[in-house]
Amino acid sequence: MPYDEVVARFEPVLGLEVHVELSTKSKMWCGCPTDFGGEPNSHVCPVCLGLPGSLPVVNRLAVESAIRIGLSLNCDIATWCRFARKNYFYPDMPKDYQVSQYDEPLCFDGNVAVEVGGLTYQVPIERVHMEEDAGKLTHVGGAGRISGADYSLIDYNRAGVPLMEIVTKTIHGTGAAAPEVASGYMAFLRDMVRALGVSHGRMERGNLRCDVNVSLTPRGSSELGTRSETKNVNSLRAVADAVRYEMMRQGAILAAGGRVKQETRHWNEGGYTTPGRSKEEAQDYRYFPEPDLVPVAPDPAWVDELRATLPEHPALRRARLAADWGFTEREFGDILAIEGALELIADTVAAGTTPAAARKWWLTELARRANEAGVALDELPITPAQVAEVQALLADGAVNDKLARQVIEGVLAGEGSPAEVVASRGLAVVSDTEALDAAVIAAIAADPEAAAKVRDGKVAAAGALIGAVMKNMRGQADAAKVRELILAKLG
Amino acid sequence: MSDITSLITATAAELGQRIAAREISSVEVVRAHLDQITATDEAVHAFLVVDTERALAQAAAVDARIAAGERLGPLAGVPIAVKDLLCYEGLPTTAGSRILEGWVPPYSSTVVRRLNDAGLVILGKTNLDEFAMGSSTETSGYGPTHNPWDLTRTPGGSGGGSAAAVSAYQAPLAIGTDTGGSIRQPAAVTGSVGAKPTYGMVSRYGIIAMASSLDQAGPVARTTLDAALLHQVIAGHDPLDSTSINAAVADVVGAARSGDVKGLRIGLVTEFGGEGYAPGVELRTREAVTALSAAGAEVVEVSCPHFVHALATYYLIMPAEVSSNLARYDGMRYGLRVGDDGDNAVETVMRLTRGKGFGTEAKRRIILGTYALSAGYYDAFYGSAQKMRTLIARDFTAAFEQCDVLVSPATPTTAFRLGERVADPMAMYKSDLCTIPANLAGVGAASFPCGLAPEDGLPVGFQVMSPALADDRLYLVGAALERELTAKWGGRLLDQAPLLPGTKVVR
Repeated sequence: MPYDEVVARFEPVLGLEVHVELSTKSKMWCGCPTDFGGEPNSHVCPVCLGLPGSLPVVNRLAVESAIRIGLSLNCDIATWCRFARKNYFYPDMPKDYQVSQYDEPLCFDGNVAVEVGGLTYQVPIERVHMEEDAGKLTHVGGAGRISGADYSLIDYNRAGVPLMEIVTKTIHGTGAAAPEVASGYMAFLRDMVRALGVSHGRMERGNLRCDVNVSLTPRGSSELGTRSETKNVNSLRAVADAVRYEMMRQGAILAAGGRVKQETRHWNEGGYTTPGRSKEEAQDYRYFPEPDLVPVAPDPAWVDELRATLPEHPALRRARLAADWGFTEREFGDILAIEGALELIADTVAAGTTPAAARKWWLTELARRANEAGVALDELPITPAQVAEVQALLADGAVNDKLARQVIEGVLAGEGSPAEVVASRGLAVVSDTEALDAAVIAAIAADPEAAAKVRDGKVAAAGALIGAVMKNMRGQADAAKVRELILAKLG
Repeated sequence: MSDITSLITATAAELGQRIAAREISSVEVVRAHLDQITATDEAVHAFLVVDTERALAQAAAVDARIAAGERLGPLAGVPIAVKDLLCYEGLPTTAGSRILEGWVPPYSSTVVRRLNDAGLVILGKTNLDEFAMGSSTETSGYGPTHNPWDLTRTPGGSGGGSAAAVSAYQAPLAIGTDTGGSIRQPAAVTGSVGAKPTYGMVSRYGIIAMASSLDQAGPVARTTLDAALLHQVIAGHDPLDSTSINAAVADVVGAARSGDVKGLRIGLVTEFGGEGYAPGVELRTREAVTALSAAGAEVVEVSCPHFVHALATYYLIMPAEVSSNLARYDGMRYGLRVGDDGDNAVETVMRLTRGKGFGTEAKRRIILGTYALSAGYYDAFYGSAQKMRTLIARDFTAAFEQCDVLVSPATPTTAFRLGERVADPMAMYKSDLCTIPANLAGVGAASFPCGLAPEDGLPVGFQVMSPALADDRLYLVGAALERELTAKWGGRLLDQAPLLPGTKVVR
């Protein structure tokens, strides 16, 4: 059945559960680092390994981050709430229970506006709660899944990393825009957690993980359909695709008179979902208040303080920057398309560079180098302030464009600040007019043919002479100035 | 008394003083106790592991520091036994369970670190009911401990090993833990002193959890002052335990030295007596109250109507927490692993490990707790138990408006015979009838020896309960009672204990 027909016959109802991995330095209950990578089981201690006798102590910054997320989602903040244990056996959970929150979430009853195609959709927020991440299982042999594996390895470095779970209420009235509303909401969350500085917000690294709930209600009916829950959808595009795929799949089943099974489903790289564990054998998690932790009771004055210092709403900020920088919609769109570019350019502009120059550096030279190195743009070992410094050297004529690129290469290679690289590599433009004059005279003498053409008014022929001078000067000359000198001599 | 005898029968306070004064060395004191363990523990089985070399090295280190002129605390150089529920880096810690057999913790509990910092010398780890679940030390996966007063009887539980070690002169001091009476009931039936401080006064960090909202470590000793000195060492705020209270420790040592109960209002709990209570227990309890009255205390009778529901409440909340706390023993990371033959799935290995590693009582409580927390039963069981817990706490609040401390028997009967209650869990659970309310409310409580029951000649314990944070009152009453009764007896109650075969004690 075509998508249009599915939408014509059924109303999609969405529910999104998003896990946000916080970027606190230490874990939720102990002082172990949260750094990504590292030798397996090197960032662990008795607490995050759940050794007998160990006890958790809540990370205050994680609570603060959760409150700031809640405030950004227009949630109410609980004045008193508790952690709860979610009990189930799984080898990636050191304690065989997860410390989470159950019926007393820290933040609740919020809402977010998502814009799609000029229309605004309201996404109501049910809750934001705090919990801990589990370790990472690697299944060896078989298909890399637990069933059929020869054995499995566990890395507990991730165990105890603070997670926030953001759960929407059911989202109605999105119609054909359902996939884009879902991905637009995810984009909002990603930008918001980055603007708050509470998470790296990298979906591809699992900092943000989305579980997508979709059901279809026949138009004109008020009854909710049976939902499927597609787990761990890890890119904006995949979120939209998963919603669309499930709408199509369920639409076909319902249209054929079938019944949608309530189940969890896996998202596959190829853009389709496959059945996972059936919800009908759902576990009883036996939640109860975590007796090892005291209740969280945020002081209302503190919450007000956090509210007053919230960063600008990402959408408003984007609109403001677009207006301030004066790019075309397309130019601005290019910036948004590269993860992290907006922040880097904004910071570079804040350091004194023009928006156009900042955009040029980050989207061309630096984007290319990030690509080559296989890292994200904001992981390049160069700061916006350093890029601004390079641009200032260029504007002052201290280096030319080509030299500027070499300066950047030096900074990326860890040779120091731009000024240090210029000094150590000897990259400064030669401004000694005598040396330039000599080089120009030599170039004219060496290529009388080109010189004659220029004299005849064929200015384009100066290019060959400029090239010769630049080569002679090992590139360390201001090309515009060389051109000026050549034209003056042959004019 | 021979010199060896004086070294093992002396109080911890005396030993600490004499070691500090260099009249005796910590090494000789420790050696004397190690000898007593060697001589008597085959019969008593109080210890699961003795840490001879490290103990002697610690003792020598204390002696060296004192010789160098350092002034250490009042218990420096004094030996101590530690319940095998507390992690002690480098020494196997089993919690009395086969499922942890062979596990050596890579870290020490806060209590152990405080003992080390105060210069106490840890002799070894004492036996206990599996994961501290029991009232007789018979559920230990490593065999039962015997009561030094009568080797055919249990020393109580779960901390039977600690109480037996102290009453058998194997150690002047011991650490116990008390979830529903596991310090006080063993102290009562072995004629020793045992105190459960206010919940949150002693850090739980590094103590293997049974029921987190109830567990509290505390001192076991032969005298009130010794218990107070040890209480002072282990109590205090610990940032590693969120439930640790950040408040000054009450002056327990001052209270134990004073014993002045003039004008103190003592409330006898009317609910704890009558049917199910041994006549000798009731007799000695009345005598203790009379003795306190003679010492100047005002005695009133107080009713705490919800205390009769404490046992039922406890047997819902405790197993619920147990079912979750014991989940981690799954054979994946440490301890026993069964059925890992390369073919079995992880769930199978977990099931086989838990099936083999846990004893009957542990399984019973895991099943009870799992049931109490299950969907559809939570409100009726766990939920209503929490409400009753609040009502019991309110009974305490109301009672403490009428009096400064509450008193009762520590346990309804004297020491029972090994095997007597093993097949009857309800009879076993009733051993903790009087001690459980203090755990549910988180208040301080202690048991002090108050005589021998005429019918069987076995020790009776007198329980004192104090408002939260007012743990000093326990020792005030304990010291007064000890003064009055030892004057009456012409010595300590433990002097009346029969001699153990092989013991170095000479009277």
